[in-house]
Amino acid sequence: MNPFALTGSVAIDAVRETGRIADFGARGAFAWVTGPFYWRAFFSALGRIGFASLPVVGLTAIFTGAALALNIYDGSLRFNAETFLPQILGVSIVRELGPVLAALMVAGRCSSAMAAEIGTMRVTEQIDAMSTLAVDPFKYLIAPRVLATTVALPFLVLIADIIGVYGGYLVAVYALDFSGPIFVTNIAEFLENRDVVSGLIKAAVFGFLISVMGCYYGYNSRGGAQGVGSATRTAVVAAAVVVLASNYFMTSLLVEF
Amino acid sequence: MASATKKISVRGLQKGFEGRDVLRGVDLDVDEGRSLVVIGGSGSGKSVFLKCLLGILKPDSGIVEIDGRNIARQTDSDRRYMTNQTGMLFQGAALFDSLTVWENIAFRLIYSENKSRKAARNKALECLTQVGLAPEVGNLQPSALSGGMQKRVSLARAIASEPRILFFDEPTTGLDPIMADVINNLIVDRVKAIGATAISITHDMASARKIADEIAMLYQGRIIWRGKPDEIDKSGNPMVDQFVNGRAEGPIQMTLRRR
Ligand SMILES: Nc1ncnc2c1ncn2[C@@H]1O[C@H](COP(=O)(O)OP(=O)(O)O)[C@@H](O)[C@H]1O
Ligand SMILES: [Mg+2]
Repeated sequence: MNPFALTGSVAIDAVRETGRIADFGARGAFAWVTGPFYWRAFFSALGRIGFASLPVVGLTAIFTGAALALNIYDGSLRFNAETFLPQILGVSIVRELGPVLAALMVAGRCSSAMAAEIGTMRVTEQIDAMSTLAVDPFKYLIAPRVLATTVALPFLVLIADIIGVYGGYLVAVYALDFSGPIFVTNIAEFLENRDVVSGLIKAAVFGFLISVMGCYYGYNSRGGAQGVGSATRTAVVAAAVVVLASNYFMTSLLVEF
Repeated sequence: MASATKKISVRGLQKGFEGRDVLRGVDLDVDEGRSLVVIGGSGSGKSVFLKCLLGILKPDSGIVEIDGRNIARQTDSDRRYMTNQTGMLFQGAALFDSLTVWENIAFRLIYSENKSRKAARNKALECLTQVGLAPEVGNLQPSALSGGMQKRVSLARAIASEPRILFFDEPTTGLDPIMADVINNLIVDRVKAIGATAISITHDMASARKIADEIAMLYQGRIIWRGKPDEIDKSGNPMVDQFVNGRAEGPIQMTLRRR
């Protein structure tokens, strides 16, 4: 095939796939509107996705916050700006690192699990069985996961923000001789509502995208164990990539406000 | 042609995958309350046929009438019309492995018919006894069950809301002859008790003779013979003869070429 035709067909495939994923996401998000909402499935997903992600998100945040404090201190020393460490740390975590790192951890943890669960259900005909039992798989499997992830991620990010700043606080106070109360006052006075809120808005969008990727690739997996394996792999990679890409576009929109 | 007593009527049903024809025009009728068994070799398209009826696969062309209503276009309301009165036993049982046995059986009652969990559980335990399993089994996970028990649970799940139409996809495959006969008896018993119209699919002749009011044979994407179970030994059709007697030599050649 000549390179132009190849590029063209790859581009067309990519657009088609994007369209299918968008359609899937919309169906997943709004499936419950017309029919019953399965609360039990929703809360069980919320537990697995939100609550169970707390330790890993917390660990990521505290180490990142701590390392960030060291780096900011070292960098800002060069132009004698080290007193701004709390402010820079706060903005970096709340606006950028909290949402992105929490989302990446959840992408790794949950989009893979969703793809594997739903994919296995697909290849063992459990999804077909569900429709013969007059229950819409979109309402029972997809919608609860998508909504749970979209709701859970802002909370996870809020917690990641707090723990991340705390990690920076520990380093600043115990290793870099900052005064604890001043560190806290500086951050509290500097951060604005919109810093935090923009991070939480991003988080909700990330949650939506992550769960749609996990569900989409699982729902469309084919073949046996191998198909589920490749669906899982694709889901994690796709989830991570859409998080990072959408982060840039959302950030460029959100800094305008 | 009076379609009043016909529960299911299939005309010219065609379905292929990637240019390969699997069903090439299946014609089949089943009267209300009768039990039809479709026999045919592995890979002859028996499961595909059932999935087309159920609305899991969309036929390429043809008519599928339930109570005289064509559902082959498979709009949402077609599908609902079908699933609301149908129960299906899948070839691999297809139990939900994240739920307990009783939740599997009660799935439709809870999530589609909005019964309370308590009422649904009672009904599920009743169905469990009907398929010869102890109520304690209800609290196990499906993965803890043997193949035969999974088939029974799947049967219980299919009959739990007493559907008007029942489909069984190879209910006895992979079971020992005694367990296979137990399942056969349960199917006969339950289909009679509910008064449902049944289509079963099998390549197990013992099972076919036991379950069937009538037997039809699917070969190369068409129904090539249809008759009563006691007529099948003198069908006069060489393909049917070869299948019934399980001979490698005959008009049916297993295609070993072609992937
Ligand atoms: N979803 C599918 N995609 C592609 N080919 C399929 C699909 N389902 C079934 N087939 C093919 O259709 C043929 C008939 O399959 P099936 O109905 O499962 O056979 P059986 O009579 O053993 O139940 C097989 O060759 C199978 O490979
Ligand atoms: Mg089959």
